[in-house]
Amino acid sequence: MYNKKVLDYFRHPKNYGVIKNYSGRGKVGNPRCGDIMELHIKIGKDKRGREIIKDVKWQTFGCAAAIATSSMVTEMVKGKTLEEAKKISNQQVTKKLGGLPPIKTHCSILAEEALDSAIKDYEKRKKK
Amino acid sequence: MEVYLDNSATTQVDGKIIKLMNKYFSENYGNPSSLHDFGRRAKESLDKSREIIAKKINTNKDEIIFTSGGSESNNLALNILKEGDHLITTKIEHPSIFETAKNLERKGIKVTYLNVNKEGFVDLDELKKSINKNTKLVSIIHGNNEIGVIQDLEAIGKICKNILFHTDAVQSFCKINIDVNKFNLSLASFSSHKIHGPKGVGALYVKKGLELNKMILGGHQEMNKRGGTENVPGIVGFGEAIKLIKENDIKRIGELRDFLIKELLKIPRTRLNGSKNKRLCNNINISFELIEGEGLMLHLDMKGVKVSTGSACSSQTLEPSHVLIAIGLPHEIAHGSIRFSLSKNTTKKELLYTIKKVKEVAKLLRKISPLKDDTK
Ligand SMILES: Cc1ncc(COP(=O)(O)O)c(C=O)c1O
Ligand SMILES: [Zn+2]
Repeated sequence: MYNKKVLDYFRHPKNYGVIKNYSGRGKVGNPRCGDIMELHIKIGKDKRGREIIKDVKWQTFGCAAAIATSSMVTEMVKGKTLEEAKKISNQQVTKKLGGLPPIKTHCSILAEEALDSAIKDYEKRKKK
Repeated sequence: MEVYLDNSATTQVDGKIIKLMNKYFSENYGNPSSLHDFGRRAKESLDKSREIIAKKINTNKDEIIFTSGGSESNNLALNILKEGDHLITTKIEHPSIFETAKNLERKGIKVTYLNVNKEGFVDLDELKKSINKNTKLVSIIHGNNEIGVIQDLEAIGKICKNILFHTDAVQSFCKINIDVNKFNLSLASFSSHKIHGPKGVGALYVKKGLELNKMILGGHQEMNKRGGTENVPGIVGFGEAIKLIKENDIKRIGELRDFLIKELLKIPRTRLNGSKNKRLCNNINISFELIEGEGLMLHLDMKGVKVSTGSACSSQTLEPSHVLIAIGLPHEIAHGSIRFSLSKNTTKKELLYTIKKVKEVAKLLRKISPLKDDTK
């Protein structure tokens, strides 16, 4: 039911874990539906002074689709500016993985939501 | 290493059975309804299998009809009900019972779904209290396909005095003794492919004199209870599968089951689902906290170990197994449940490999889980 790329990301997940002194943290999903994802970002600046995602780590309780999208989204945003990262959508992540079974769409949305939530958390902290 | 531990889903067909069945495709290929000797011989073979099943459940061969499998048998049994009737069943039935029950509700049949306790047993007092003057049928699964719990059919049969009693014995058949008289059964469903026979063959025990609501019309086969030319090779294979059952195998499978349970429960934050003592000899169902079952199942698959999961993410409905919810598991723990089901072909060596792989995978998945893990 999953393609080779999804299985590969599921089997060899990248960037999992936590960032102790994260700049932002997002936690989405609930145990009822079966997928929970927590994502940490560390913000830095590039040479032009723009804010970028210097590091990103995730932890996921979920199916293969949830784990593969978690892994993929962190790969996609690492080094990107915040503005670029905000634009990343669940469809883009799924496309990068070569597609997911339709029933798994809801599991793949988590990654986008966790990223959004981590960025919002960072912006809220910054305002304080 | 390839380890097949999904024998509750289906089993490998015995080589001996395949050989025998082949004869019924190429040589004895007659239609049992034909009057010439080809037909007569086919009919004799059907009746031989009928006799074997009947004997196994302590009844006569004219009370056994053949079907396309356990699902059809269950549908046929429940469809005996008419508008206004009351059915009592449980919250831990196979989909071929509960989907049928849901469908009957839409046709004006009242249905009570009995609760089970945390071990998976039906409460006999609740059953007694649920019976009313319209109660026509009680349908209770014998050995549960997910958590292996075995219901006390003898005690339930005593309660069903003037009520029809049906059991789904698909998983228990040839693993536990079934005596339709002792259990006071009127109907019972069986399937061939769970006992190393071919797929697409099943049987229904129908107590003498009981009229079914025929579902496949068009022929007088199977004592006019089920139309259609019988699947002779399959039915012959089913009979042969029963003949090949050995008491010793059952005992050995049970010992392997206990070994696997003991070893897997050594992994922190695991629990056995379903009764420990009254349990199918081949069923193990374990919840791994902090882990989602599909991930565990797929990792094991890639390492050669074939199991199944009650996780929601791997179901079409995105709901975890109704059986695991019925025994009171919280959703996140139901999601992390894995069923290992053994057969006579299972070896200790395979189980040792499985245990090793489960430990590895559980460790990895707990490492990437955001749920709090105090076992690290
Ligand atoms: C308890 C139970 N009942 C019924 C069935 C359905 O049997 P079949 O696959 O022969 O239709 C199964 C098999 O999945 C089962 O485990
Ligand atoms: Zn999922």
